[in-house]
Amino acid sequence: MNPAGRPLSDAAATRVLSGAEVPVGRRDGRGYWTTVAVRLSRDPLTLFFGIVLLLIVASAVFAPGLAPTEPDATNVLKRLAPIGTPGYLLGADELGRDMLSRLLYGGRLSLLMGILPVIGALIIGGGLGITAGFIGGRLNMLVMRTMDVFYAFPSVLLAIGLVGAFGSGIVNLLISITVILSPPIARVAESVTTQVRTYDFVEAARASGAPTFAIIRVHVLANVLGPILTFATSLVSVSIIISAGLSFLGFGVQPPIPEWGLMLSTLRKSIWINPYVCALPGLMIFVTSICFNLLSDGLRNAMDVRLG
Amino acid sequence: MSQATPLGAGPGRGEPLLAVSGLRKYFPVKGLSFGGPSLVVKAVDEVNFAVWPGETLGIVGESGCGKSTTARLVMRLIEPDSGQVRFEGRELAGGSNASLRAVRSRMQMVFQDSYSSLNPRLPIEDTIAFGPRVHGTPRAEARERARRLLAAVGLDSARFGRRYPHELSGGQRQRINIARALALNPRLVFLDEAVSALDKSVQAQVLNLLVDLKAEFNLTYVFISHDLNVVQYISDRVLVMYLGKVVETGPVDVIYNAPRHPYTQALLSSRPSMDPERRITVPPLTGDPPNPINPPSGCRFRTRCSFAEEVCARVEPPLLALPCGGHDVACHMMVPNSGHSRAGQAS
Repeated sequence: MNPAGRPLSDAAATRVLSGAEVPVGRRDGRGYWTTVAVRLSRDPLTLFFGIVLLLIVASAVFAPGLAPTEPDATNVLKRLAPIGTPGYLLGADELGRDMLSRLLYGGRLSLLMGILPVIGALIIGGGLGITAGFIGGRLNMLVMRTMDVFYAFPSVLLAIGLVGAFGSGIVNLLISITVILSPPIARVAESVTTQVRTYDFVEAARASGAPTFAIIRVHVLANVLGPILTFATSLVSVSIIISAGLSFLGFGVQPPIPEWGLMLSTLRKSIWINPYVCALPGLMIFVTSICFNLLSDGLRNAMDVRLG
Repeated sequence: MSQATPLGAGPGRGEPLLAVSGLRKYFPVKGLSFGGPSLVVKAVDEVNFAVWPGETLGIVGESGCGKSTTARLVMRLIEPDSGQVRFEGRELAGGSNASLRAVRSRMQMVFQDSYSSLNPRLPIEDTIAFGPRVHGTPRAEARERARRLLAAVGLDSARFGRRYPHELSGGQRQRINIARALALNPRLVFLDEAVSALDKSVQAQVLNLLVDLKAEFNLTYVFISHDLNVVQYISDRVLVMYLGKVVETGPVDVIYNAPRHPYTQALLSSRPSMDPERRITVPPLTGDPPNPINPPSGCRFRTRCSFAEEVCARVEPPLLALPCGGHDVACHMMVPNSGHSRAGQAS
């Protein structure tokens, strides 16, 4: 960017030892996460989708202030009003409720159902995977084969089964999605931990007499968190879609609470009357999922710093 | 001829710092045996040696002969199958975790791969301070010690302390590795191929650094390497391993000038000579070492030995002290009445 701006002291720093040992350190003293942030800031695509996502999240958080009307206020005369109707910017649904308000409020639950199960799965699946990967041996066998049992079921089917068993409701929906997202995260966590465990710096930490917990906290976590977080980000969209699907099927969120999946479900009967309005919740799910997926891709690229 | 007492115990040398006897590790081989007898790799088989305070013991041998495994077994990074390890007069094997932790701070290791042996996500200062921290040293004090050690290995702590390993060269990283090993004030340091991955000029710098540090911190080294020249330069005594066994051990001058075991002779003659007058007279080694899963019976070297006779296949030669003292060899040719045609004439 600014070749003249590179400090001279850096070149001097390389001369502390003999000429045979010139460090490659141009990024003098810059930590890993700073490097990742800088790389992210130079990636316009990721940045763009990050901003879109931020807008979606902000609009959901500030829904009460942004929504023109109450999401549950009905108006029989405005049923299925087309997009652009005065007072109904994005039209109205089959009960004459303002679509914009409902989409704003609906984002709150949908995003929550996208993010909370992933956080839960990160803690459960990540914890199990890292433990199994680090301890290895029989514990690894036990944990990972148990995870494989969950893999045997198609994830949506398993979620339906779990919600069916627990009973429908938002909390049960969150729990069942957490359960189906844990095995994939555990599998990723286990594989990266198994790899990190073989590095000599872990061996050196053991040789220093450090207890297992300290080794995991200081030496393993920092090296496995990147790949696990990247993978987890890509699961947010999966979680949103599954929860939307379950709401669509009538599990989870119950009417009249606004939620994108449920809105899509109730509006589908009117798709021949006003297809654009009916497609709006689906569009929101689509855009949000795409954002999370591309953000995850960008994160993975930014974190792929060669440290070897 | 007498039974070797721990090994090469010269008279009046006092109590060894580290005494290893009967150390053994067989690694099971998975997947190769269905129902049949389970296969094992005899990585380290009945190894005995001792290290006296203040000396440098060089361990040489071909790849896969068990050099590194021996060091890891003594450090208890790998659990040995059997054998006794006495360190500072205390028995180590089978000790509790707490005593093992205490001992580990007195016995440290420098690894070969300077790249994978440093945590890429940790500033090097914190890597060095990690050991003292887990042994309860306060943060500020541990950091201060890390800075002093950085200075001791020739790196400016103000400039390098907060850097990450990927910003350093191979030689610098190896200096960090050495500083990390010294952070716990060890008495004994295992240097496992510590300079093998470095290029020649840096190798010389690090070797000289090691010699200086040894004097400064009153250290004892076990220097493991396949590089015969480096071992000759740094060692006081040398131990030669072949297929998980000790074949010869003795003072460095004796081993390098008058090796008695055919394997040592062949190994040393494989070094390129700078002097055209000194031609290779001993037949060089041919072929690869046999498979350690199923090592040859009797003497393990007999399949590549030009002096091998019937007795070598039948009886395993014990490691015995030569009369000159401090020089132990495991070869039937050195044992009178062993049944070997050359036995007796050598001693």
